Amino acid sequence: MSAILDHLPEFWEGLIVTLQLTAASFLGAAVVGLVITAMRVSPVGVLRGIGTAYVETFQNLPLLVLLVLAVFGLPEIGIKADLLVTAIVVIALYEAAYIAEALRSGVNAVSAGQGEAARALGLTFGQSLRHVILPQALRTVIQPLGNIFIALTMNTSLAAAIGVVDLTAAANRVNLMEAQPIPIFVGAGLAYALIAACAGFVTGRLERRLVMVR
Amino acid sequence: MIQVQGLNKWFGDHHVLRDIDLEVAQGEVVVVIGPSGSGKSTLCRCLNRLETAGSGDILIDGVPAPVEGRELARLRADVGMVFQSFNLFQHKSVLENVMLAPVKVRGVSRTEAESTARRLLARVGIAEQADKLPAQLSGGQQQRAAIARALAMRPKVMLFDEPTSALDPEMVGEVLDVMVQLAADGMTMVVVTHEMGFARRAADRVVFMDGGQIVETGEPNAFFEAPTTDRARDFLAKVLTH
Ligand SMILES: Nc1ncnc2c1ncn2[C@@H]1O[C@H](COP(=O)(O)OP(=O)(O)OP(=O)(O)O)[C@@H](O)[C@H]1O
Ligand SMILES: [Mg+2]
Repeated sequence: MSAILDHLPEFWEGLIVTLQLTAASFLGAAVVGLVITAMRVSPVGVLRGIGTAYVETFQNLPLLVLLVLAVFGLPEIGIKADLLVTAIVVIALYEAAYIAEALRSGVNAVSAGQGEAARALGLTFGQSLRHVILPQALRTVIQPLGNIFIALTMNTSLAAAIGVVDLTAAANRVNLMEAQPIPIFVGAGLAYALIAACAGFVTGRLERRLVMVR
Repeated sequence: MIQVQGLNKWFGDHHVLRDIDLEVAQGEVVVVIGPSGSGKSTLCRCLNRLETAGSGDILIDGVPAPVEGRELARLRADVGMVFQSFNLFQHKSVLENVMLAPVKVRGVSRTEAESTARRLLARVGIAEQADKLPAQLSGGQQQRAAIARALAMRPKVMLFDEPTSALDPEMVGEVLDVMVQLAADGMTMVVVTHEMGFARRAADRVVFMDGGQIVETGEPNAFFEAPTTDRARDFLAKVLTH
């Protein structure tokens, strides 16, 4: 126990980095995921193709490979970015594929008549999507999105492998000094579990509040 | 107001509309009847290009109907449509359903859109339901809300595709009453319906379709009393004996 208490500041700093990674990459993933979803349901074939290719690509590559590639590959093409920023961008792009997939299943659950009614009123494709289809689609996929958020939280620990000092890396460093892996990693694990529990609580509340009478 | 010339439509190999010519004058009410699968819905949906036509011309108010993009959206804003299944936006209140398009498409202010919406909801007799969600309304109320939503755009033409077919019998009347009133107010209307009573009361002209073609067209009383084609006579005999 003292192994943790003696190093609270390190854990705290690691936790903050993990929270930054989680929040920023989820936000980025949500935005990119929305754009990809819009492309995948658009009437323009080329856009649909690009959207599908994006999802297929990122769902079929391990996140760790992408992170390592970005860290070593980007400097090669002259892009020098902060490690944390690199990790956020890569995780966001990766998770966007999963968010896009969840959102698309939500869009498919909205009956075709909703979009037709919107278009018949003169709304453009973008307006129908934004005001009619996506708001209804979102309501049906809150639970899957919550699961993606939790998976993303866990995935941020891979950033430790490329040198970002997040909670996992902090735990690793403390362990190198104290050599007490069990309490140290149980402590770190509990912190991750707490974040996941919060996410579960929030999605539960959201789901109940936004439930739609049909 | 609407001119259709040589309209053809295929679903794959299936030739659903065959050389349709149709003119609807300003203020005219045209009722389209015909057996199931004769292409009535498809014709109706082609008029605002919810279905893409295979060939032929559609002119609305003398202007060729645009095929895609913003011009098409602008055309649809002027052509109201009422669906068999209402298609009210499930996540919005009735009032918001009516306000959405005027605000987003016409750029009307929210306050103005709201007062128009409330006036229209009162006109179709559901002012008290304004703040409810569609699912909390009866079918007849939902369809009247859908009519109000279409009217809020001040359309030049209204298309109705079997607006009462999904309703319980006791609710058919309240929707037809709204439509009869609308016709009396001079709205240009194309109505696909099996309600012969409505056709007699409100239609200026009946168009009978079969097999993707317009087989016969005429003034309602003449058409119902003395149809000139065998196919129309057969159809009426079947429908009227029920
Ligand atoms: N999306 C579609 N894809 C393929 N075929 C279709 C499609 N929509 C309609 N059809 C076919 O086109 C023909 C005309 O259909 P339409 O819905 O216009 O008929 P309708 O006269 O409205 O019939 P009903 O009285 O049953 O509504 C039918 O044979 C139908 O099976
Ligand atoms: Mg039909």
